[in-house]
Amino acid sequence: MLDYLLFGALPYVALAIFLIGSIYRYTKKGFQVSSLSSQFLEGRKLFFGSQFFHWGIVMLFFGHLIGFLIPNAVVAWNGSPVRLLVLEFTAFGFAISSLIGLLLLIKRRATTKRIQMVSNYMDYVVYLVLFVQIASGILMAYYGRWGSNWFASVMTPYLCSVFAFNPNVDLIAQLSTSNTMALLMVKTHIASAFLIIGIIPFTRFVHFLVAPFDYIWRKYQLVIWNWNHKEIRTSRNYFPGKSRDFKNN
Amino acid sequence: MNIRSQIAMVFHLDKCIGCHTCSVACKNIWTDRKGAEYMWWNNVETKPGTGYPTKWEDQDIYQGGWKKDGDSVSLKGAGKLKGLKNIFHNPNMPVLDDYYEPWAYRYQDLFDAPEGDDQPIGRAVSLITGEPIEIQSGPNWDDDLSGTPDYARQDVNFKHLSQAEQEAMFQLEKMTFHYLPRICNHCLNPACVASCPSGALYKRGEDGVVLINQERCRAWRMCVTACPYKKSYYNWNTGKSEKCVLCYPRLESGQPPACMHSCVGRIRYLGVMLYDADRIQAVASCDESEIVDRHMDIYLNPNDPTVIKAARENGIADSTIKAAQNSPVYKFVKEWKIALPLHPEFRTLPNLFYVPPLLPAMASVSTDGTYDTVSEHLLAGVEKLRVPIRYLSSLFTAGNDDKVIDVFKKLHAVRVSRRDTTVKDVTDKQLNTVMNEASIDVDTANAIFRLTSLATFEERFVIPAAHREEAIEMLENTGDYKGSTGFGFKEKPARGL
Ligand code: HEM
Ligand code: SF4
Ligand code: SF4
Repeated sequence: MLDYLLFGALPYVALAIFLIGSIYRYTKKGFQVSSLSSQFLEGRKLFFGSQFFHWGIVMLFFGHLIGFLIPNAVVAWNGSPVRLLVLEFTAFGFAISSLIGLLLLIKRRATTKRIQMVSNYMDYVVYLVLFVQIASGILMAYYGRWGSNWFASVMTPYLCSVFAFNPNVDLIAQLSTSNTMALLMVKTHIASAFLIIGIIPFTRFVHFLVAPFDYIWRKYQLVIWNWNHKEIRTSRNYFPGKSRDFKNN
Repeated sequence: MNIRSQIAMVFHLDKCIGCHTCSVACKNIWTDRKGAEYMWWNNVETKPGTGYPTKWEDQDIYQGGWKKDGDSVSLKGAGKLKGLKNIFHNPNMPVLDDYYEPWAYRYQDLFDAPEGDDQPIGRAVSLITGEPIEIQSGPNWDDDLSGTPDYARQDVNFKHLSQAEQEAMFQLEKMTFHYLPRICNHCLNPACVASCPSGALYKRGEDGVVLINQERCRAWRMCVTACPYKKSYYNWNTGKSEKCVLCYPRLESGQPPACMHSCVGRIRYLGVMLYDADRIQAVASCDESEIVDRHMDIYLNPNDPTVIKAARENGIADSTIKAAQNSPVYKFVKEWKIALPLHPEFRTLPNLFYVPPLLPAMASVSTDGTYDTVSEHLLAGVEKLRVPIRYLSSLFTAGNDDKVIDVFKKLHAVRVSRRDTTVKDVTDKQLNTVMNEASIDVDTANAIFRLTSLATFEERFVIPAAHREEAIEMLENTGDYKGSTGFGFKEKPARGL
């Protein structure tokens, strides 16, 4: 029963909240979409915390994405034990990096007076869910090898079934392994991932939705005309009979 | 030719009395808020000195501005690659302690203290943590402290001065300082705009004011690093960067910015300049030795018929062209060539120009201990200046001494010519020599004198009408809103489900 709640219902609740909430916050509360950088108040401790954490977590994110998008390629890569080990150890390294980074960030926030002035409970909620997420991932990798293979054969079909609105909860519920710890961690990891998705709109997590990749192809300088005198257009009202939306009246 | 109009400024440094009225006017309007307490969009520094934030001019520390990169320029400490690589932690960003920790006093304690033997005090408390602090530094901590080891001697511009020149500056009789009021330069090639990963910063097409869209800023804080003048500030409370807005709501209604309006020394001038936007890249990436000249060349003569024609074609309003023709900035910068950009080597092409301070330069102490202000010595020329030319050229001309000397010859000629008019103790020969040296005539000298000393409010600030009656057209096509006020319908007629 719990499995059905966590892996059948929670995903949809989380995704719905995520979609509606993020769009609302982005369009209606643009002022509140920010990474809320605190480097200005404390820079030195942030360096290690933020670098370790972000590089780790961002790489892991893309790793998961690749596993989801091209599972066959991952399995093929893992065909040779050496390559499997390289992949697993790299991923494990990033996980450890993000865990260390996270702990440093928590310590920094808890012990720096200036940072406390810009903290509220949500910062700690974010730390908590991230800690659960990363720790469960690490333990799972440790107890239930090899995650990169396993992801391709179980998680990818499961996620596809979720996106197809036909969740195959059994894939998760009937996961069997000799190691109960691994099983517990897998389930925690999946459930808390959906939890994170669900709280994105209410936390500083919104900042990675607006990660500025478009900067790469943008022109450096940006000039905006309030009113382009060169291209004075005719009014949208110009043609009789084709009236505007009534709501504007 | 792609002509745009730009609001530009001139600050006449000989007139600045260092009263900070400008800073306070700005603070009261714009930055008297939580998170912005430490910000001074307008600040006044004492030079030589370390400035605010400390040593902002030292790009070895802050990596601000552009550097030449072939026939283009690239950002020193930000940009696509460097910016995104450093987005999780920005290594060259100034932090609070590079500015100062803002504070207030617990005045209430003075009233609430119980009766006792001791005098009650109002302790200084941090405006960030609320805890009592030892004040370490403030926005104008180096005010008037020329000569002190902590401030003046740490001035970044001394890099270009020999040890002997530096020592000469600190001898008691030679000691000198001047003020340097600074605001955002609303640059033609703004490093802040180029550095913003989310495209929140932009330059307004109509008047060239550089703004940060608060809705789009995501606290990637690259502009703080990229602006070599450190005129983009991070609001630690809102998680958004902020900067000088040149009081654009005032400009739009024809008023000068508050710092300029309130300026006690009347050192500030503001007007329109027309420039050729197609040339920006070429000018910004030219050789350091020519950058001042090329920068001045980008501004066009608003009386030239071809310029007027091209400006009209580009949609620049006639009122703006007219304002450009009456611009006091054009006179100082282009006609008389006595105003220079601050640190042109940063390559942002700033639009704030400074008339460098002549200071009580030429006076010599005579044997009876009085100052002799007109003598052969006075006329001997600018080489006898108290403040080394080298120092000023490091500030205003990227190290080109001749440019500063040219300006000083003119300023000096104006003084001698006025002396001739008022005191009448200058011989014709002396006057002619000075005027020839400076290559200006008496009429020009008088015009410079007038605009420097007697100019009215309307002469100092020539701001084109923003056409308030058409203000809505700056945002919308009025036709779209025709018939939208007064009576109307709230709902569509129902035609069934
Ligand atoms: C490419 C995407 C991302 C970018 C550009 C980015 C950028 C940033 C920046 C600039 C900060 C502020 C650091 C400071 O205080 O100066 C920050 C903080 C933070 N980010 Fe990210 N981030 C990204 C992805 C992520 C992801 C995927 C997560 C977690 C799932 C995350 C979690 C956090 C957290 C928890 C903080 C707060 C750190 C603290 O102040 O203790 N970020 N991020
Ligand atoms: S002075 Fe700095 S903040 Fe102002 S426009 Fe230039 S680069 Fe941008
Ligand atoms: S108000 Fe004018 S005179 Fe006073 S410090 Fe500011 S710029 Fe100088």
